[in-house]
Amino acid sequence: MKDSNFIIELSHISKSFDDKQVLDDVSLFVKKGEFVTILGPSGCGKTTLLRILAGFGTANKGEIKIAGEDITMVPPHERPVNTVFQRYALFPHLNVYDNIAFGLKLKKVKEDEIEARVRKALKMVGMTDYEWRDVNSLSGGQQQRVAIARAIINRPQVLLLDEPLAALDLKMRKDMQMELKDMHKTLGITFIYVTHDQEEALTLSDTIVVMSEGRVQQIGTPTDIYNEPVNSFVADFIGESNILNGIMVHDRLVRFMNRDFECVDAGFGENAPVDVVIRPEDVYIMAKCASGMFEGVVQSCIFKGVHYEMIVLTPDGYEIMIQDYNAFEVGQEVSLIVKPSDIHVMQKERITNTFEGTMVDATHINILGTQLVCNEQPDVTGGEKIEVEVDFDKIELMDNKEDGMLVGDVRFILYKGDHYHLTVRTEGGDNIYVDTHDVWDDRDIVGVKIQPDDMRIKRV
Amino acid sequence: MKRFFAQAYLWLLLAMLYAPILIIAVFSFTEAKVLGNWTGFSTKLYTSLFSGGVHHSLLSAIENTLIIAFVAAAASTMLGSVAAVGIHKLYGRKKMVMNTLNNLPMLNPDIITGISLFLLFVSIGVTQGYTTVILAHITFCTPYVVLCVLPRLQQMNPNIYEAALDLGATPAQALRKVIIPEIKPGMISGFILAFTLSIDDFAVTIFTIGTEGLETLSTYIYADARKGGLTPELRPLSTIIFVTVLVLLIVINVRSQRAKNNKQA
Repeated sequence: MKDSNFIIELSHISKSFDDKQVLDDVSLFVKKGEFVTILGPSGCGKTTLLRILAGFGTANKGEIKIAGEDITMVPPHERPVNTVFQRYALFPHLNVYDNIAFGLKLKKVKEDEIEARVRKALKMVGMTDYEWRDVNSLSGGQQQRVAIARAIINRPQVLLLDEPLAALDLKMRKDMQMELKDMHKTLGITFIYVTHDQEEALTLSDTIVVMSEGRVQQIGTPTDIYNEPVNSFVADFIGESNILNGIMVHDRLVRFMNRDFECVDAGFGENAPVDVVIRPEDVYIMAKCASGMFEGVVQSCIFKGVHYEMIVLTPDGYEIMIQDYNAFEVGQEVSLIVKPSDIHVMQKERITNTFEGTMVDATHINILGTQLVCNEQPDVTGGEKIEVEVDFDKIELMDNKEDGMLVGDVRFILYKGDHYHLTVRTEGGDNIYVDTHDVWDDRDIVGVKIQPDDMRIKRV
Repeated sequence: MKRFFAQAYLWLLLAMLYAPILIIAVFSFTEAKVLGNWTGFSTKLYTSLFSGGVHHSLLSAIENTLIIAFVAAAASTMLGSVAAVGIHKLYGRKKMVMNTLNNLPMLNPDIITGISLFLLFVSIGVTQGYTTVILAHITFCTPYVVLCVLPRLQQMNPNIYEAALDLGATPAQALRKVIIPEIKPGMISGFILAFTLSIDDFAVTIFTIGTEGLETLSTYIYADARKGGLTPELRPLSTIIFVTVLVLLIVINVRSQRAKNNKQA
């Protein structure tokens, strides 16, 4: 296995804290010299994954190899990786020189070699002549440069970066992004970069790993991820997008917004429910004319620097976001065109809620960690295993959590043009998917109610 | 007018606080056996304090006190710092329980600590003397050291220990090269606190000192006062201790002020 093509091989990593599953069967293979970004919202498990790679945490399951060697149980100080921390983590009692020389001194490298290498590392991060400065007197950006120098001086096989630029201001962040990219080219070592900033990920990476809820959603080049998102989460997280429910009538013909559109996708089968993604810059907008594919009325128009961002309402009640160099007045009637190749069709991850549970008696079921009333079922002795299906739009959410049968919090909100698709996480950790016209905020605590008539109960 | 009263009140308060020690300091420079008689300026009490002879037992009590204080302070600084690192790493309920267990001995009256240690030493059959006094002092000093060190750990960037491991340090090296330098100020103030607490202690010491004739400063003064009248040499001794503490305090304050200025610069 020594001659493997991959410098890092993470296979089937799972990790939970107490009962909370943080990583769920994550596998990742990284080629030598690649710049890989792990991207996801906070709490998606990306930092946990990095810490497992560095050795600060251990996985409950799975195997980690670096350069073909199994390091799953190797302690952090014996791993061929170095880390740049989000909050720099410089040693406050040491000056810049001693901070950078820390690793080499531990390895008993000769003093004159250490000096030469420290100077080289400082030059690389643009901090020449800062050797004898107290680290506490440096600005955030300077401290991060020292932290990078301290890591790369050890010539690790892999450099891990945990949101290294998150604490810097925008201008500084942009400059540092470019410098990191140059540094990656010059050093030729593998970078694993963790961030929640999708723009940063698109700018820097060779490969992006999109994570959510402890799982890898998509791995690909920035272009792939942007142009061909595999599901609505990735489409929503990377860049702006219009995500709509659609039906794949047959190959190369998709129906959404009550209209048929030609597209380039195939292989979904006939009349299959799908998600349709259209990037706002791919919608062509013009004054109302006969050649448009569909019409609408401009609802809002905001100047964004390079382009205008407009919301157009179609007669059927769908809101479409459009980015264009030309501004259209609010209230103006416009015609819109979308090219077939700009319509991205994605398999729906789910079309209905499915909960597993058991029968309690003829009129009660036990699902989602609570007991609910259902319509009377025949031949029940109690304890039968069942599957309950509930449609997304049949789930009621309530402000007052006492009014619901169970309590959950809103985790992920997707706007689908004319309604919201929410993920509600129950206290027991189950996900309930809800279609609603009401506006909820992320992390809202809600009461959940399901009517007995809306439950489809199946024995399994 | 308001300002004047505020000032006067402050000075009155200070005068009342410092009058007793100032009186002792003034009367340490005269020869009179009874405190309050001024028989002219003299440094005889100072010379006789250090000349030994008659007052040999006082000198040996001072020596015992300093040795006990030094050993107890050193040991409790070590124990307390390690305990603080351990407590810092706990979280949730466990941490709360450990903190409470640590604070309890400090709130416990000294006399209870003294009696319980006395009973313990008797029941396990340890001869009381140097060892038992030192052990007892370590027992009541350690929680104070923990309390001095914990805030330093809480202020520390939690990633720096990991950063040290990441750069190739073993856990022991990381502790020595990164954690200890970070908590050193807390350890030093813990040591000073333990040292003064140990010198100061009477209640615990009297119960653990045994009957072999070992005396510390506090037990010596107590016995001396009961024999009828304090030895006049206690006046220069008190003065010396007071001035030493004063100088130490000024040094510590100047140092911390300088450190603060450096940080701001």
